[in-house]
Amino acid sequence: MSIELRNVTYKYSTGTAYEMVALDNISLQIPDGQFIGIIGHTGSGKSTLIQHFNGLIRPTSGQVLFDGEDIWGEKYDRRHLRSQVGLVFQYPEHQLFETDVLTDVCFGPKNLGCSEEECKERALEALHQVGLKEKYYHMSPFDLSGGQKRRVAIAGVLAMNPKMLVLDEPTAGLDPKGRDDILDKVKELHETRGISIAIVSHSMEDMAKYVERIIVMNHGHMPFDGTPREVFSHYLELEKIGLAAPQITYIMHALAEHGLAVNTEATTVSEAKESILKALGR
Amino acid sequence: MLKDITIGQYYPADSAIHKLDPRVKIITTVIYIVSLFVTNDWIGYLAAFLFLAACIKVSKVPLSFILKGMKSIAFLLGITVVFNLIFTPGEEVLVTFWKITITEKGLEMAVRMAIRLSFLIVGTSLMTLTTTPNQLTNALERLMKPLSFMLPVHEIAMMMSIALRFIPILMEETDKIMKAQMARGADFETGNIIVRIKNMVPLLVPLFISAFRRANDLAMAMEARCYHGGAGRTQMKPLSYRGNDWVAYGVMWGYLAVCIVLRIVF
Repeated sequence: MSIELRNVTYKYSTGTAYEMVALDNISLQIPDGQFIGIIGHTGSGKSTLIQHFNGLIRPTSGQVLFDGEDIWGEKYDRRHLRSQVGLVFQYPEHQLFETDVLTDVCFGPKNLGCSEEECKERALEALHQVGLKEKYYHMSPFDLSGGQKRRVAIAGVLAMNPKMLVLDEPTAGLDPKGRDDILDKVKELHETRGISIAIVSHSMEDMAKYVERIIVMNHGHMPFDGTPREVFSHYLELEKIGLAAPQITYIMHALAEHGLAVNTEATTVSEAKESILKALGR
Repeated sequence: MLKDITIGQYYPADSAIHKLDPRVKIITTVIYIVSLFVTNDWIGYLAAFLFLAACIKVSKVPLSFILKGMKSIAFLLGITVVFNLIFTPGEEVLVTFWKITITEKGLEMAVRMAIRLSFLIVGTSLMTLTTTPNQLTNALERLMKPLSFMLPVHEIAMMMSIALRFIPILMEETDKIMKAQMARGADFETGNIIVRIKNMVPLLVPLFISAFRRANDLAMAMEARCYHGGAGRTQMKPLSYRGNDWVAYGVMWGYLAVCIVLRIVF
């Protein structure tokens, strides 16, 4: 499973006064099993980018390839593609509509033509994997708390057994605990299911902690694409485009400036701690 | 697909028409509609056409953009034309087949109706294209002020502006929910009408919930800012006529006079 974008350009409202280039000649490859973070400030084209991954929007020019096949080819089955690339939108709890949690999660597999038992089986597995307690399964999704609703919505996409899961700001509007819970669950999914994950986020700390590759978006361009280390080493450029590196990066650079021989490439708190202790000779 | 609807949309441009007082534009539009029904001969339609063409030219709105909005009402226009064509009785029969007869009078009526309706729609959409919804409701509030002894004018205007403000938001929301459900394998495009209506449930339920949520939030936000209706409320930018507005009124009355004269003379 791999996704490839070749020279993708996308324009909103072409031919009107509101025309706007959301993506400008983007080329990238996502191989199997990667955990990717996509960052960029509001309106940088992140959401537009991820909607290309499962064929929800058609590029104005350029190609999107899934396993080497052009997804906008004449006979390509895009509904099947959408089951392979599960996309969880921002505030996914707004898409819930069924009378109880289990039925709502069954919606995805049902659309794929699964039998009733299989739907239920998949739904139960997905709900279990997002860590929702069983007592909620027969409640109305609208009676749950924000964090629980979000889990239900993520389970709804997961129940389609995607090979890749794309999440658009899955932690927006959650408290710190809810945020960590969701991200830990996503990481667990990455490890147990072996699926690739792409996650859109604003939090550099989360990025540093979870992902292995960061794609930076700015005004429809992709200025950086690399490991967190590589990307955060450009922290001054990141600031210029309204982003920032994790706070640890700043502390380590400040320490280095004051003559402490620390590793400025540390991106997480535990790495930084080790490096500082080592520099202090303890 | 939702982006094709241009009725009620605003087209930003820097033109004399955009800068007119919205009251002038509303009154002119009403007068224009009246004039379309005052005229009943071809010279009158020519005058209406010239007036409209001049307005479009001055407004700097591309003609293609206006005509795109016509697409959505082409169906309605088609029905009107067909009905006029086959149901107008007349002496001189042009064509007869099966039980349908098309008379010369019917043909004439159909063409007249088509002209009137399309001028009417282009005229009114020119008004909405050159005036922001807020300006429109503002102007309506001012124009309806004499009725405030019997109508809650301010509240009506406020409701209208809120409703207009929410159209793009709800469209965006629809688009988003549609995509979210499509990402879960939902299908909105195939099947017969019953299947399609059933398939709308995953779209409509979240849409209604979100509309109520937004309404609730907005009511709360307004209350938090001490909104309490129209009594004693002033405006930041009250409407006032300027030189160009009087010129526009002059042109408008001139046009109406021409229409009436044409009607009497011919």
